[in-house]
Amino acid sequence: MGEFDRARFRGLTESRMSRRSLLRGALAGAGGIAMAATLAGCSIPGAKANAAAQQVDWAAFWKHQKPTRQLNFANWPLYIDQDKGKYPSLQLFTKATGIAVDYQQVIQNNAPFYATVAPQLRAHQDIGYDLVVMTNGWELTEMIDNGFVMQLDHSRLPNFAKYAADTVKNPPYDPGNKHSLTWQTGFTGIAYNKKLAPKKVTGFHDLLDPAFKGRVSMMNDNTELGHAGLLAIGVEPTTSTAADWRRAAAWLKKVQPNVAGYYDQSYIDKIQNGDTWLTQAWSGDVFQAQANGATDLEFVIPAEGQMVWHDNMLIPMQAQNALSALRWMDFYYTPEIAGTVEDWVNYVCPVPAAKDYILHELDDPDVANSPLVFPDAAVDKVTHNFRVFQSYDEYEEWNSIFNPVIQA
Amino acid sequence: MTTLAPRAPALSGAPAPSPGLKNRIRRNPAPYLLALAGGAWLLVLFVIPLISGLAVSLMSGNPQDGYTFTWNWAVYGQLFGPGAATNDWLFLGRAIFYGATATVVTILVGFPMAYFIAFRVKPQWKNALLLLVMLSFLVSFVIRTDMWAFLLSDQGPVLTALRGIHLIGKGFHILGTDAAVIGGMAYNDLAFMVLPIYVALERIDPRLVEASADLYGRRSATFFHTVLPLTRSGIFAGILLVFIDSAGDPVSPSLLGGTHTYTIGQAIQDAYLTNQQYNVAAALSTVLMIVLGVILFAYARIAGTDNIEDLV
Repeated sequence: MGEFDRARFRGLTESRMSRRSLLRGALAGAGGIAMAATLAGCSIPGAKANAAAQQVDWAAFWKHQKPTRQLNFANWPLYIDQDKGKYPSLQLFTKATGIAVDYQQVIQNNAPFYATVAPQLRAHQDIGYDLVVMTNGWELTEMIDNGFVMQLDHSRLPNFAKYAADTVKNPPYDPGNKHSLTWQTGFTGIAYNKKLAPKKVTGFHDLLDPAFKGRVSMMNDNTELGHAGLLAIGVEPTTSTAADWRRAAAWLKKVQPNVAGYYDQSYIDKIQNGDTWLTQAWSGDVFQAQANGATDLEFVIPAEGQMVWHDNMLIPMQAQNALSALRWMDFYYTPEIAGTVEDWVNYVCPVPAAKDYILHELDDPDVANSPLVFPDAAVDKVTHNFRVFQSYDEYEEWNSIFNPVIQA
Repeated sequence: MTTLAPRAPALSGAPAPSPGLKNRIRRNPAPYLLALAGGAWLLVLFVIPLISGLAVSLMSGNPQDGYTFTWNWAVYGQLFGPGAATNDWLFLGRAIFYGATATVVTILVGFPMAYFIAFRVKPQWKNALLLLVMLSFLVSFVIRTDMWAFLLSDQGPVLTALRGIHLIGKGFHILGTDAAVIGGMAYNDLAFMVLPIYVALERIDPRLVEASADLYGRRSATFFHTVLPLTRSGIFAGILLVFIDSAGDPVSPSLLGGTHTYTIGQAIQDAYLTNQQYNVAAALSTVLMIVLGVILFAYARIAGTDNIEDLV
C-alpha cells in the first residue's frame, strides 16, 4: 500500500451503517432523550412543600380525636425508670388509665433517627410512634417548621401549667410550648476515670494533654461536637459566627491525635470499662454509671463552660393514639411520676416539686440535693445554650465545617 | 437448549423460518420465558436502582426545599475535585485496600478449611461441618461485630489476659487499627469464600489426583498443578462475593475502627442517614460502583473464565 487510503481503513475497521441500524440508533437516541426528559421531571419532594399543603384546625382536631387504649413511645436508651426489665412509671400509667404502653428505646442520636423517619413524615405516613423524644437541635426545629408534629391541646395538660419549671416553659425553640414538652434537661460536659487518668481533669484544655493519647472520646453528633469546640476556644455559641466555627473545628482537629473515636451512646460503655479515660459526656449518663458501680467515674463541669439541652416529647403527625400521648404527657408532669423517673434517670428534672418527692417519699437525698439534677444559680452561670439555626443553609455550613473532623 | 429439537417446518408446511429472534422465540419459547424471571429480577433490583442512583446524584437541593433534577454534575467535582471538604479519594482508597486485604485473608484461611472438609473428612461429617461454617449467619452480623469489639477492647478479656502474661505492653491495642477492621471484614465474609471453594473442590474427580500421583507428581506438585487450577472458578466466585461486600461495608470500620479508618461506606451512610444529603450519598455510591465495576471487569478479563458453567 503505497499511499494510506483513509477510506479503505475506515471500511476495514468500521461497520457500515445500514438503514436498519440507523433507524435503531435514532430510536435509541429518542429513547435516551425521552428518559432524560423523564429524569428532568423527577425530584425528591422537600419538607417545606408538604408543610404548606396542610392546614389543620387544631381545636376541631382534638375535639374529634377518639381515646384509644394503646401508646407507642419511642425514646432514647436508659431514659426511664427501670426495674427488672419493667418500667414502673409506665405501669402506673397503665393502671391509672387502662392504656397499654409499647416503650421502644430506638433513638440513638437525633440526626440518624430523624433521617430514618423523615421520608415517612414527608409522605404523611404514620411512623409507628405516637410520642418521640428529640433534643432542641436542628432536627426538632425542622419537625416543627415542616408541620411534622401536632400542636398540643394545653387544656388537656393542666399538670404542665401547674408543675413545670420555668426553664422548660416557653422555650426559644418552641414558643408557648405549642408542640413540645420537655422530657428531660441535661448538661454536656466532660467525664473522666479518676483511677486510670494520669491527672485531675478540670476543663476542655485537658483533652489536648498528650498523657491522654488514644484515651479521649468525643461525640459523633455534629451539634454537640461543634459546641464543645466553641466553648473550648471561649466563644459564646448562641452568637457565634462561621469564622468562630472554623476556629472551633481547628481546635477539634488539634485534639484528634488524642481521640480514640467519635461515638454515639456507646461512649459511656467505653469509659466505664476503661477503654477511654476522658470523654465528652452527658451528665445523667455519668450519674447512672456511678449508681451502677462505676465509682471511679467523675462528671466535670469544664472550666470553659458546659452546654445545656432539652429533650422534648413530640407527637408526630398521623400518630394513631394522639390522645394517649397527650394523656401521658400530663401524667408525667406530676411530682410523683417525674420524681420516679428522675430518681433513676438523674438528668435535670422539669418538675421542681419532684425534689421533695425524691427527698421524702423516695428517700434519696443524693439525687435530690445534686446541683446537676436540680441546678442552682452557680451551675446556671457556667451553662450555655445551643445555637438555634436560622435556616438549613446555616445548618449545612455548620455541618460542612464539623463533618471533616469526624470524617478523617 | 439443543436437546429440544426444533419442530420440522416441513410438517406444518410453513416456509423455512428466518433466524430472527422473534422466530426463535416462537419456535422454542421455554428458555426465553425462563429468562424472563431472571431478567425482571435484574431490571427491578439492579438496572433501575443503578439508573435512579445516578439520577439522584445529579439532583441539587436540600432536605427542606427538596431535591430537583438539574444535571448537577458539579457534585462530583465538589466531592472528588480539588478543594473538597472531605478527602473522599482517601475513603475510597481505604475501602478498596481493606476489601482487598480482607479477601486475601479469607482465601488464606478459607482454602484450607474448604480443603479439609472436602478431602480429609468422612462423608457423614461433611454436612455437619458445612453447617458449622454457616452457623454464624444465624446471628446478625452487626451483633457479631459488636461482640468482637467487646472481646478486643483494651480492657476486654483478650488484651487483659495477654497483658497479664506480659506478652504485650500497656500501650498495645487492637481496636481502632486497620488490622481490626480488616479482621472484622474477613471474619464476617469467611463463609462466602469457603463455600464456593468447597463446591469447586468437591467436583474434582479423585482420579485426576491419582493420575498425578501415578505420574510421579509429588503431593505439592499435585496440589499446585492439579487441585489449585481446578478450584480457580471457586476462588474467583469467592473473591467477587467477599471483595464487593467488604469494600462497601460501613459496619466493621465504625464498630472496630477508630479515627483514621473512615471508609466510603461510612461516608455514604452518613450522607444518607445523618445529613440527608441524598445527592451526595448517591454520587458517592455511583463512584464506588463504577470503581468496583472497573476493578472487577479488569480482574474478570485477566483471571476469569469464558465458560460461565465453571463459575457455578
